[in-house]
Amino acid sequence: MGSGEHISHKFDEEVDEVTTSVLQMGGLVYQQIESAVTALLSCDKALAEKVIEDDVKVNTLDVQIDEMCNRIIVMRQPTATDLRLIMAIIKITNDLERMGDEAKRIARQAIDLVKRGALPDTFDCIEQMANRVKEMLNRSLDAFARKNVEDAFEVIGLDSKVDKDYENLTRQQITYMMEDPRKIHASIDLLWSARALERIGDRSCNICEYVIYLVKGKDVRHIDLKDLEQHL
Amino acid sequence: MSNMMEVQNLRFTYKGAAAPSLKGISLPIEKNKVTALIGPSGCGKSTLLRGMNRIHDLYPGHVYDGAIQLLNPDGESYTDILSLKKEAEMIRLRQRVGMIFQKPTPFPMTIYENIAYGLKLSGVKKRADIDEIVENSLRDAALWGEVKERLNHDARGLSGGQQQRLCIARAIALKPEVILFDEPTSALDPISTLAIEEMISVLRESYSICIVTHNMQQAARISDYTGFMYLGEMIEFDQTDNIFMKPSVKQTEDYISGRFG
Repeated sequence: MGSGEHISHKFDEEVDEVTTSVLQMGGLVYQQIESAVTALLSCDKALAEKVIEDDVKVNTLDVQIDEMCNRIIVMRQPTATDLRLIMAIIKITNDLERMGDEAKRIARQAIDLVKRGALPDTFDCIEQMANRVKEMLNRSLDAFARKNVEDAFEVIGLDSKVDKDYENLTRQQITYMMEDPRKIHASIDLLWSARALERIGDRSCNICEYVIYLVKGKDVRHIDLKDLEQHL
Repeated sequence: MSNMMEVQNLRFTYKGAAAPSLKGISLPIEKNKVTALIGPSGCGKSTLLRGMNRIHDLYPGHVYDGAIQLLNPDGESYTDILSLKKEAEMIRLRQRVGMIFQKPTPFPMTIYENIAYGLKLSGVKKRADIDEIVENSLRDAALWGEVKERLNHDARGLSGGQQQRLCIARAIALKPEVILFDEPTSALDPISTLAIEEMISVLRESYSICIVTHNMQQAARISDYTGFMYLGEMIEFDQTDNIFMKPSVKQTEDYISGRFG
């Protein structure tokens, strides 16, 4: 990596522009997730509605980045690192867009909770999970920005903790539901949100896999963590 | 060795030159595959190609060192073509290892005669045999349909792309085992270029091919193996997919991604 500048400065500019847009999109999605989780934890209907409304911004960036990539492919016929970067960007934006959808889903659950008025006993578990997932997304974007394989690998390692959080939360909510059937609706809403967070964690891992592909030229999707370590 | 040709530690110095142009090149030419050579101007790729059928030796005085092994018709043993001395051996070599140049070089005669000429020289006498080979060669070069009605017209009346395919037909009429292409499409328009590329991918089934090209996308499209050369050395040789998607040498990466030239 870091192979220096292209002879065509315009090409460098185009690559910079699309990379910046991806990071901008990542920042926006992070913001959306944060707001959605805040809306859920504080039962803030207005904030939840804003998250749903703002999803269109994420979608617009998704389309714009695809167009930039199309233009680079047709005009520059990228090869080697350039090719892998464009491939990675197309995949990353796809994952980011879907994370945006997950944020919207959490916002919807928040609105449902407020509407029904029956709140869960505690938000602790989901708050912890949300913090972890946000950290994963943040660090995966950072790994992409700095093309850092070690960081990417570490983030992938965090996913098992999120899975554990999800399992604990599921168990906790099942207990609540059995104790008091009136809480079933609230618990289901919460479980849906947790499910969305868990998916965001998975998609952060995907981003990290693309970072590894980008830097190392190795496709590390669909292999487990131990084998992955050997590949690096 | 299961290769059609093997260039082994080849050093080549042009007559009167102080330094060698090729500094120890090794390279296999695999049977029924397309091998592309890429690299900036002056890197030695055409020099290497022209060594592979000793076309350099049309002008004496150049110095070779190393070996270029060519698979014998028995399919097992090899002959080092650098050991060939006699003119007759050289002519035979250039029949076995044909070459197509950058600019089409039709002879100033009819389309038919362009192909028949070499056949007659190589001893094919019967008119019926010649007719058959002319037709088959033109078919293999994807030109038959366009010229079958005007075989007796002057070849110089063909378009550039057609002339180039005629030259290819002329080369394959002599049943070569290897065909060397020296930037065969750099003087052609994009559509003629695609026609030649398409033809090369078909020819691969019957011949082993080595092509020098300045057009990297062309190398990526048509070759199975690619060698990147720089300053008379083979920097990286690998399967084409690897060279263009994940080259292992930084110089290769910089060149193919347009970072130096």
